[in-house]
Amino acid sequence: MGRYVIRRLLQMVPVFIGSTFLIFFMVYALGDPVAAMFGDRAPDPATAAQIRADLYLDQPLWKQYLHYMGQIFQGNFGTAFNGQPVTELMAAAFPVTLRLTLVAILIEMIAGILLGVFSGLRRGRAVDTSVLVFTLVVVSVPTFVSGYVLQFLLGVKWGWVKPAVSIDAPLGELLLPGVVLALVSLAYVTRLTRTSIAENARADYVRTAIAKGLPRHRVITRHLLRNSLIPVVTFIGTDIGALMGGAIVTERIFNIHGVGFQLYQGILRQNSPTVVGFVTILVLVFLFANLIVDLLYAVLDPRIRYA
Amino acid sequence: MTTTPEPKLLDVRDLKVEFRTRDGIAKAVNGVTYQVAAGQTLAVLGESGSGKSVTAQAVMGILDTPPGFVTGGEIFFQGRDLLTLGREERRKVRGAKMAMIFQDALSSLNPVLSVGAQLGEMYQVHRGLSRKAARGKAVELMERVGIPAAAARVGDFPHQFSGGMRQRIMIAMALALEPELIIADEPTTALDVTVQAQVMDLLAQLQREFHMGLILITHDLGVVADVADTIAVMYAGRIVETAPVHQLYRAPAHPYTRGLLDSIPRLDQKGRTLYAIKGLPPNLTAIPPGCPFNPRCPLAQDVCRTDLPPLYEAGPGRASACHFWKETLGGAR
Repeated sequence: MGRYVIRRLLQMVPVFIGSTFLIFFMVYALGDPVAAMFGDRAPDPATAAQIRADLYLDQPLWKQYLHYMGQIFQGNFGTAFNGQPVTELMAAAFPVTLRLTLVAILIEMIAGILLGVFSGLRRGRAVDTSVLVFTLVVVSVPTFVSGYVLQFLLGVKWGWVKPAVSIDAPLGELLLPGVVLALVSLAYVTRLTRTSIAENARADYVRTAIAKGLPRHRVITRHLLRNSLIPVVTFIGTDIGALMGGAIVTERIFNIHGVGFQLYQGILRQNSPTVVGFVTILVLVFLFANLIVDLLYAVLDPRIRYA
Repeated sequence: MTTTPEPKLLDVRDLKVEFRTRDGIAKAVNGVTYQVAAGQTLAVLGESGSGKSVTAQAVMGILDTPPGFVTGGEIFFQGRDLLTLGREERRKVRGAKMAMIFQDALSSLNPVLSVGAQLGEMYQVHRGLSRKAARGKAVELMERVGIPAAAARVGDFPHQFSGGMRQRIMIAMALALEPELIIADEPTTALDVTVQAQVMDLLAQLQREFHMGLILITHDLGVVADVADTIAVMYAGRIVETAPVHQLYRAPAHPYTRGLLDSIPRLDQKGRTLYAIKGLPPNLTAIPPGCPFNPRCPLAQDVCRTDLPPLYEAGPGRASACHFWKETLGGAR
C-alpha cells in the first residue's frame, strides 16, 4: 500500500508539469498581458518595455515557466494586475467554493444514492420509470437554464431563498446554488446506483443474506449497498474536482465570489497570473481526488490489493 | 413433548409454485409433498429445471417474488404452517430454525465482508450478541467445521479461502444457530471430487451430532447413496417416486428413475455407449397432458398421454407416480 502511494505520487509529477505547462503556454502565448493591463489606451512603449522586463515577459517562454514554477513552490503565485497577490484572492475564493462543493457533493450523494436505491429495488415499476425520466430531463437541461429558472422561481417569484449569495457565502445561502451545481451529477449518481443495485439485487450473496434471516434493511444496507457503491464512489470522487473547477456558471448566476468567479474574471480581463494560479491548484485537487478514489477502492473492495 | 405420533419436522403438502414471466406462466412446482423427520436425510433428485431448488426456496421463504409465487399447498414446520406466518415471523425462522447451504460458496458469500463478520452476523441479528462476542462465536464455528488457524483467519475475506474451505464456511454459517433443518442445495457440485467427499462427510457428521433434518438437493446419484435415508425423485415440478434409498437403487418403480440409474457410468460397462434418457425435460410453460414424462418414456401407453398418474403406494414407504409402477418394479425392461 505504502509503495503504491509513493509510486502514484511520483506519477503525479510529470502529469502536474505537463498540465501546468500547457495552461501556462495557452494563457501567455495567446495574448499580450501588458496590453490588457492598459485596456483601451495604448501604453507608452518605454513603460511597456519596463513592465515586460519587470515581469520576465521579455524572456523565452520556457524560462518564464521555470521562473513561475520556482516562485509557486515558494508560495508566491504572483500578483493580479490590480495589485492584489493571487494568494490573497485564493484565500478568499477557495473556502467559498469548497463550501459550495461540499453542499453539492452532499446533495448528490444523499439524493442520488437514495433515488438510485429506490428505483433499483423497484426495477421496471412506476417509481423506477419516473426516476429515470427525471434523470433524463435533468441531464438534458444545461446548468445556465436550470440555474436561472430556479433562481427566478425560488428566489424572485416565491421569495423562499435569497436570489444572490452574500460575500461571505454562509452555508444556508449556498443550498440553492448547491442544488443547481449538483443536479447533473445527481442524475448520474442516481443512474449509476440504480443499475448497480438492480444488478446486485439478484446476486447469490444477497439471496444468502435473506436466507440467513436478516431484516430487510440490513440486507440492503450491509450487503447490497456496500457492493453496489463501488462504481458510485469512483464517480463522486472524480466529480469533486469537476465541481470545484466547473462551478463557473453557477457562481456567475448566484454571484458567488468563489473560484469560478475569479477564473471568469481572470479570463475576461486577461489576468494571466490569476488564471494560471487557480488552474494549477485545481490540477492538484484533481490529482489528489483521483488518488484518494483509487485508495478508497481497496477499502470498499478487499479483493483489490495494491502492491 | 410426549405427543404420539411424533409430528414430522417438515411436512410439505401439495406445494405449488409458478413463475409469472413475460413468456407465460412457468409451473415450476406442481403439487410436491414430502416429509423430513429430525435426524433424517431426504435426498431430492432431479435434472435442472425439475423444481427441486424452487421447492427448497419456497420452504425457506426466499423465492424471488415476483416473478415466483407460491400458489397452493402448505409447509408445516414444527407443526406451524409457514405460509400463514407474517413476514417478520417468517424471517425469524430463517437462519435460526432452518438454514440453507448453497451450491457456489464463492458467489454465495459476500465478497466485501470478512467471513468472521458474515458468520458473526447470525448471532448479532438473531441472538443480539455484541460484535465482539459474535466474533468469538465465529471462531468457534470455524474450528468446528475444521478450518485450520481459525482465530487468525476470522478476518479474512471469502476470496482468500480455497473452494473446500469456503464451502465449510457456508456450512458453518448454516449451522451457527443449530437449526432443526438444513437444506443443502447441491453443496458439493462446485468442488473437486476429493473435497466433495470431505464436505459430505462433514455435513453427515454434523447432522448426526445435532440430530438435524437434512434435505439434500442434488443431481448426483453417487452423493446420495451413502448419506440419504429417503429419496424423492422430481420431474417437471412433481415427485415421481419416493423410496428408502437402498430400495430405490435396487428396484426403481418409475421409468424415469430407472433411466437415471441406467445412465450412471459403470466400470463393468467400460467401452460401451453410456445410456441416456432420450428427449428433453418439458417446457414448464407447456407441460404435456397426462404424465409429463410420457414423451420420453419407453413404457408410454395411451393412458399415459391422457391421465396424470397419482402417486401410487408401491410398498411400505414407497410411492411411484406411474400407471405401470408394478411392471417397472417387476423389472420389465
